[in-house]
Amino acid sequence: MQPTNGFYGEFGGAFIPEMLYPNVNELENEYQEIINSEDFQDEFRNLLRDYVGRPTPLYFSKNLSEIYQTNIFLKREDLNHTGAHKINNTIGQILLAKRLGKQRIIAETGAGQHGVATATACALAGMKCSVFMGEVDIQRQAPNVKRMELLGAEVIPATSGSKTLKDATNEAIREWINNPVDTHYIIGSVVGPHPYPDMVAQFQSVISEEIKVQLKELIGNENPDHVIACVGGGSNAIGAFYHFIDNGQTNLIAVEAGGLGVDSGKTAATIALGKKGIIHGSKTFLMQTNDGQIVEPHSISAGLDYPGIGPVHAYLADSGKGKVVSVTDEEAIKAGIFLSRKEGIIPALESAHALAYLEKEKFGKDDIVVVNLSGRGDKDLATYQKYI
Amino acid sequence: MNQLKELFENKEGKILSIYFTAGFPELNDTEKIILELDRNGVDLIEIGIPFSDPLADGPIIQASGQQALDNGMTLELLFQQLKNIRSKTQIPLVLMGYFNSIMQFGEERFCQKCAEVGIDGVILPDLPLEFYQDTYKALFEQYGLNNILLINPQTSEERIRKIDAVSSGFVYLVSSNSITGSNKDLSLQNEYFERIKKMELNNPKMVGFGIHDAKSFDHATKQTEGAIIGSAFIKSLSDRATLETKIEKFVKSIQGAKNILKEANLEL
Ligand SMILES: Cc1ncc(COP(=O)(O)O)c(C=O)c1O
Repeated sequence: MQPTNGFYGEFGGAFIPEMLYPNVNELENEYQEIINSEDFQDEFRNLLRDYVGRPTPLYFSKNLSEIYQTNIFLKREDLNHTGAHKINNTIGQILLAKRLGKQRIIAETGAGQHGVATATACALAGMKCSVFMGEVDIQRQAPNVKRMELLGAEVIPATSGSKTLKDATNEAIREWINNPVDTHYIIGSVVGPHPYPDMVAQFQSVISEEIKVQLKELIGNENPDHVIACVGGGSNAIGAFYHFIDNGQTNLIAVEAGGLGVDSGKTAATIALGKKGIIHGSKTFLMQTNDGQIVEPHSISAGLDYPGIGPVHAYLADSGKGKVVSVTDEEAIKAGIFLSRKEGIIPALESAHALAYLEKEKFGKDDIVVVNLSGRGDKDLATYQKYI
Repeated sequence: MNQLKELFENKEGKILSIYFTAGFPELNDTEKIILELDRNGVDLIEIGIPFSDPLADGPIIQASGQQALDNGMTLELLFQQLKNIRSKTQIPLVLMGYFNSIMQFGEERFCQKCAEVGIDGVILPDLPLEFYQDTYKALFEQYGLNNILLINPQTSEERIRKIDAVSSGFVYLVSSNSITGSNKDLSLQNEYFERIKKMELNNPKMVGFGIHDAKSFDHATKQTEGAIIGSAFIKSLSDRATLETKIEKFVKSIQGAKNILKEANLEL
């Protein structure tokens, strides 16, 4: 699933101020060659294996399979170093930044998972790291702020707008405009101007690459019937879908955060409610007013609390190649507690959205269903606690 | 139409352009601000379309945009406010905003409205050169709308040539690697301004971002036709005085430099 001239159908592109053109253009000219080089691949693959802990297991969940009368496999991205899929991307981008001769890294974060994964990669690579985080999220996700600081990163509060993920992203982009030469911006999902969505998708595609090999080994067939993943910006989802797109066999199911309900006015269900527009340099669906003002979303999970969606998902949804559904805060919490009790795995609230979809569709008895468990739930204990 | 062309052809001395955010400080200040700026001898006005997520803007313009949105400002309303503006002033007017606002309004409808109320040009920082050229240039030209593109210190010579070829009205020289409202030291930018001047572009050059007083205006316009002041003007509007007083005081504080320059030019 490669973009053509930076676009997936009509979605994507690089709608950026001219001030960012040199940076983005440098990336665009260099990224594919660097990523394809043997030297990069060796270093990337070795770090994924020895440092991140890949491949992550594809675990056949006997208990869930019995309950839902189908065959459910969990892709255990929660077992990655730092506890989520986010590190696949930050390791890739830090290696790229080094090869571009950059000395300093900036990043945005919502839940703090991407911030922690970036701070980790920076510590490893010996790079200076500044992470922008909305003031509201700094309050909501205090443990991750402490982790970033322990890892040597500077956490800069984003105090503009609604003081959450979209504003942290704005602040990171502004900081990049102010420091175009020595700084690389590690964006945390398949969002932002081209080539970011494609680059991040390539780094995350290791998820479906492994699923293929693992399924082949476990059941003799590399293609599942269904892959389910949650979508904030869409990086874990595209990683889990990547090698199954257009295979004519696999249903790709992206689960958005419905918040209090799609029609409640407090939701992050971008595909369900969004209109075409531009956010953070990319043409995609986004939640906005008639006047084009971007609307602050709501989700119980800070990592899904994004008013846009990666352009590749806008394309998959618009073209019918993928299916987009949503589950509510309450359904996600229930699914998270359910998995904790039935399997002894505490999922991130983001990932709990993907699990919650198991209640919504009746899968065939012989179907192979892969749920991408994008992260672990330690960071969400304070939220879970209110419901148990 | 095309007051922009006329301005650059006929103006002696340096051109002062002022940016303000529509709907700030009060929802219906738009016309009054335009007329006061005109009355005080400003040459060109940029009207900012407030946007929730202005990527290229610093804290002052962000805050003014947020206040304007809280006041109830919309692009729809802005066109209503400008409906009769051409019966009152012929000062060149440029709209500045982010492309999402125009997309939601409807690109063609936007051009139509601009032509209707007498807007001379637009500055849309996040509508990139190539995309504009391939998708919208013909449309903008059909409605006689100048599209003013940006250049910054990192822009390559090759790209500057392309931008100059596609821009009309003027080209916008971003003063340094920065968002709006940063007061970086412009004396470090001499090499940049000189380099651009030597390129002898087709379009006049206006410098913007971080011009905040007579001194920086003077500095920015040594090698260019004029400069644009935004954040510093918006900041001056937060004074308690009446709009008339604030605007007069601010423009005078800059005009001082312009007049001195003019005299210096006369002596030459
Ligand atoms: C565990 C986890 N899953 C999912 C997401 C959502 O991001 P994306 O849609 O890019 O996978 C996040 C974001 O913080 C996360 O931490």
